[in-house]
Amino acid sequence: VGTLVLVEHDSKMVKAGTFSAITAASKLGGNITALVAGKDVSEIASKVASIDGVKAVLTAKGDAYANSLPEALAPLISRVVKAGNFTHVVAPATAFGKNVTPRVGALLDVQPISEVIAIQSPDTFVRPIYAGNALTTVQSSDSVKVMTVRTTAFPKAASSGSAAASISETPAGDDTPKGVKWLKEEVSTSERPELDSAKIVVSGGRGCGSKENFWKVTEMVSAALPGSAIGASRAAVDAGFAPNDLQIGQTGKVVAPELYLALGVSGAIQHIAGMKDAKTIVVVNKDAEAPFFQIADYGLVDDLNKAAPALVAALKK
Amino acid sequence: MSMNPFDEIALEQAIQLKEKGIATEVVAVSVGPQLATETLRTALALGADRGIHIAYDKPEVVHPLSVAKLLRGVVLKEKPSLVLLGKQAIDDDSNQTGQLLAGLLDWPQGTFASSVALDEKKTQVTLTREIDGGLETLLIDLPAVLTADLRLNTPRYASLPNIIKAKKKPLETLKPEDLQVEVKSGLKILKVDEPPKRKGGVIVDSVEALVDKLRNEAKVI
Repeated sequence: VGTLVLVEHDSKMVKAGTFSAITAASKLGGNITALVAGKDVSEIASKVASIDGVKAVLTAKGDAYANSLPEALAPLISRVVKAGNFTHVVAPATAFGKNVTPRVGALLDVQPISEVIAIQSPDTFVRPIYAGNALTTVQSSDSVKVMTVRTTAFPKAASSGSAAASISETPAGDDTPKGVKWLKEEVSTSERPELDSAKIVVSGGRGCGSKENFWKVTEMVSAALPGSAIGASRAAVDAGFAPNDLQIGQTGKVVAPELYLALGVSGAIQHIAGMKDAKTIVVVNKDAEAPFFQIADYGLVDDLNKAAPALVAALKK
Repeated sequence: MSMNPFDEIALEQAIQLKEKGIATEVVAVSVGPQLATETLRTALALGADRGIHIAYDKPEVVHPLSVAKLLRGVVLKEKPSLVLLGKQAIDDDSNQTGQLLAGLLDWPQGTFASSVALDEKKTQVTLTREIDGGLETLLIDLPAVLTADLRLNTPRYASLPNIIKAKKKPLETLKPEDLQVEVKSGLKILKVDEPPKRKGGVIVDSVEALVDKLRNEAKVI
């Protein structure tokens, strides 16, 4: 077993999902090599070298790898896999991992495995299907197992702080992406922690009534719960209350915080698929018939406009 | 059998491109048993010009890589400028077929699209994609593979006259052999289990009671 982990980063920071991918890779046994590709990679490479479990870091530097375009990364990864005889490729199941990994599978002619939540052996994996309503155990006989792992299913690998892994450059190749040009990115900046790694998530649904009220109640409650992130249901995103990157659910983000506090979210199965591994679920909704109450640890039937300020006051006591 | 909701969005985008005079023809393709022809008839009723049914009846080996290889066979035959797919199926939730197809064809890919605009010369598409922190915009040369996210458009419903008209639209059936594809998979499903169910807890009658439970019972705040 030799595992190549794809490092997701933004040139300054290693993204949280990478640390979970490294933990998942460690369950496969065998050495872990981390691949860092980007326009400038030296800072990231030394950060990755100090993550526990990483044996070696391979870097690929150049304009071709800026912005993580799969048209450039997939040929690089498949070349590295062949040159290094890697048996496994692991990436976090984030927008980055989901975009790149299948393209690698196509180049290597192997069937990728998406959103792995448990590793039973180097060739046997568990993954959710039907919006998490079933778990399937699959066995791969492909020469290279290419997979994304659900980041909430694997704890983050620790960083020991001192560079322990060797760092070397991958053999050069021309991976200039063909037929695609990156134009721009509009990424929301927030003082709050990232949704997929926050200990507490406050989420709002259509029950918030309007965009103004969505932000009023979620921000009010979030401010009273330090370290909390704000999320949204699909209905709230579709209604324009919140941007798409806050959507939690089957086709959005998957979160597993200590505390999940849903405000005016009805609890459609697609939403529950994205948060049912939260440790404690609290649901506040004025509709006592909301399906979410059936899985909530604590439910409160009340009007949000009354309950939210009262909750803030009670939390401050 | 109903159409995957993300594929409905992809199809709607194709039909809109034709209505705007940008696309000349919309071909709907589905891989599956005979029942898949019903889904294709729905696509024809919604506005596709013709359908291609790739007949295959063994779902246990029709994994995304096989589907992508079959679609590549259709692409090589039909030579479209644009292939639109849903970003993921809502049964196996793999989110792979579009990326696999783009990789097999060595075409650029624009996944998780929330906005698609073709230039006047029909050689490039400006595409906005939903990524983790927000949105990313790419300029992609045709031919390309695009996958639709939820907010790309709102699919229409088929009208009764169009449902009747769809019965006369051409629908061709191909076998994997016709596309020189051997359907096999390196992935075997060993078992399918039900995940542990969460049980509902208690309904509290006040925010004070709720905060007390969170502090002293769940100990999460």
